[in-house]
Amino acid sequence: MSARPTWIKPYGDTENDGKVQLSFSLPIPASPIGEEAAKKIALQMGIHDPSVVHMEPLSESFSYYIIYGRTEHQIDLSSLSVTQTDHLVMSKEEVEQFIEKTFCEPLVFVGASTGTDAHTVGIDAIMNMKGYNGNYGLERYKGILAYNLGGQVNNEDLLEKAIELKADVILISQTVTQKDIHIENLTQFIELLEAENRRNDFVVIIGGPRINHSLAKELGYDAGFGPKKYAFDVASFAVSQLKEKGVKLKR
Amino acid sequence: MENKLNLNKETIQSCRREAKKIADDLQSFINQHSTIAVERTILRLLGIDGVDDFGRPLVNAVMDHLREKADLSKGIAHYMAYAVHESDESPQDIARRIASNTYDLSIYQNHSLCPYMDQLMPFFEQTLAKIDRMRSIRKEKLSATTKKETPDKYVIVATGNIYEDIKQALSAAKKGADIIAVIRSTGQSLLDYVPFGATTEGFGGTYATQENFRLMREALDTLIEEEHRYIKLVNYASGLCMPEIAAMGAIERLDMMLNDSLYGIIFRDINMKRTLIDQYFSRIISSYANIIINTGEDNYLTTSDAFDHAHTVLASQFINEQFAKNAWMKEELMGLGHAYEIDPNMENSFLYELAQAQMAREIFPQAPLKYMPPTKHMTGDIFKGLVQDALFNIAAVTSKQSIHLLGMMTEAIHTPFMSDRAMALNVASYVEKAFKNFGDEIEFKSDGLIVKRAHDVLDQAQSLLKEIRKEGLFKSLEKGRFAEISRHENGGKGLDGVFVKHQDYLNPIMDLMIKRIKEDNHER
Repeated sequence: MSARPTWIKPYGDTENDGKVQLSFSLPIPASPIGEEAAKKIALQMGIHDPSVVHMEPLSESFSYYIIYGRTEHQIDLSSLSVTQTDHLVMSKEEVEQFIEKTFCEPLVFVGASTGTDAHTVGIDAIMNMKGYNGNYGLERYKGILAYNLGGQVNNEDLLEKAIELKADVILISQTVTQKDIHIENLTQFIELLEAENRRNDFVVIIGGPRINHSLAKELGYDAGFGPKKYAFDVASFAVSQLKEKGVKLKR
Repeated sequence: MENKLNLNKETIQSCRREAKKIADDLQSFINQHSTIAVERTILRLLGIDGVDDFGRPLVNAVMDHLREKADLSKGIAHYMAYAVHESDESPQDIARRIASNTYDLSIYQNHSLCPYMDQLMPFFEQTLAKIDRMRSIRKEKLSATTKKETPDKYVIVATGNIYEDIKQALSAAKKGADIIAVIRSTGQSLLDYVPFGATTEGFGGTYATQENFRLMREALDTLIEEEHRYIKLVNYASGLCMPEIAAMGAIERLDMMLNDSLYGIIFRDINMKRTLIDQYFSRIISSYANIIINTGEDNYLTTSDAFDHAHTVLASQFINEQFAKNAWMKEELMGLGHAYEIDPNMENSFLYELAQAQMAREIFPQAPLKYMPPTKHMTGDIFKGLVQDALFNIAAVTSKQSIHLLGMMTEAIHTPFMSDRAMALNVASYVEKAFKNFGDEIEFKSDGLIVKRAHDVLDQAQSLLKEIRKEGLFKSLEKGRFAEISRHENGGKGLDGVFVKHQDYLNPIMDLMIKRIKEDNHER
């Protein structure tokens, strides 16, 4: 990009005031030393005039601080770029029309929350009839056969089921993760697809609170969807991708 | 409990009758079967603990051996009674020898009904004495605590490391928590063994082990002295090791156990036969040990819509109540679950939440109801989240819930930071004070939204229970009546651990516990 630099800073109530709020705990008792330590940490973070507006003991050996201050950092907007799915986002009805116009058979979506993750809230939000936040799930889409396999599904079982159901699209959700187990698990699924020579048989999409599109691409997936993405986002991407791949096209 | 909603007593009674039929219908099935987990529990209650050279729990080693070499259907007590009689060794020593392949239980498989059961009893009695002691310690400590009228504040710790969990628990207790739940590693419910020793790993929590139970209990007990109030400890007697963990909790003085008759079937895809048999023994143990169970109806609403499916929660509470009664559980131990999960974008959502909470309170007046906070509609906007939790707290205090699981403003972001929990406790304590007698002061309009909503939900629950009774619980689960998730009678995990009892099968410790619960004479 050759755009002119555009520098910005956080905004409190005046242009470029740099005002930020932050809160954290320290593993020491609440005390004047604690307050001073909290201030110093804020200073090291590039926050000028840190003001500890609240200090509170959490136990005999932990304390909590709320701090306001001005950050010295600024960002040149013209230097930024983000990887995003670059397909057209369609509404449910538009996706349904697109399917009817483009494909000769219903599209099969198989989804699961995989590995040790028992939380199905993410995959349910995308797949179940009800959907989430007023956005219906894929089960309700005309032209889509949606199979939600639920939680704690092994990668091997997911692939087996996807083959059995002749899936066009595989959706994987990862909700609760710790120490990056979701990365390991997601990597393993791609390796499995490749080992079985199946990578090109499916559009494979991942989702979850800690997933984004660049991570998905990095791991070898077709797309990744983070928070605030709904069934229509996922469906829009999937049907565009299937059209591009020439899957089940009308002649 | 005063009656503010004017619920129809006939309808409530009819719900109880239907639920009783649903549970009784399965009781003969339960009585005719046992599971590998039930048998392992018998071994634990004989005092068998520890692991073999490969880190496999000894109780698993014994059951693996039996499954491979002999007729399981006679039950482990048959074999152990013969073994103790002939070898004159303790069950623990026998188990060690089995694990190292120097003892073969299959030699007793064709023996007739064991006449030496009484030789196992001293070992069982030793364990029961431990449990009895824990009961009386709890009773004593609780009686030294001022009884409050407002709900007990319940928070979770979930660091994935028992030693970090302890730090977080101590902070929470200092901040006013009455109940600490240690979350397990995600996936433990599907392990067909209980890990051993103190653990410092896991995802979304660390393992439920007997040593972790002991460590956390010990830490909380030190605070009880300082704080002059009892702090209750919770874990999960659920999954494939339901009765084993109930037994471990009884020995280490846990005060509550998550324990649902249907949850594992629906949400963990554990086979329904396995779960129903396991929950029976686990509840008898908790009943004996005076441990409050927490049921998991709140989970239905994370999958289904909380407004449209509110009646499934009530129907399930009635069913859980009856299964608990069949396990001789007192109502005072039945922590039936429900949740504040209606979409905050809905008009009057608070009124409908209050209706549901008040309704549960009036229908189950003796039960220590467990009320769960918003989770599904928490967004990452922590500031709004704190307000959602505050409204939930108001509903909890106003409708006099018993076990008040505090919401975290960082729900949907991460397992709670120490400070998240402290903020939640501060807000809940404020509401607890500010709304202390609010529930006593208000009445509801007899033709208003709240009363009407409660009546509707009760009526719908009644119709659902009738249908479930007609088609049977197995069929209902197949139809996906709860949480819109369908499970098949012979599907799911753990079915291979279910077996039909031989006519000579005995579970002497279960029989003894039932006898003592009935007589209620084991308080020594």
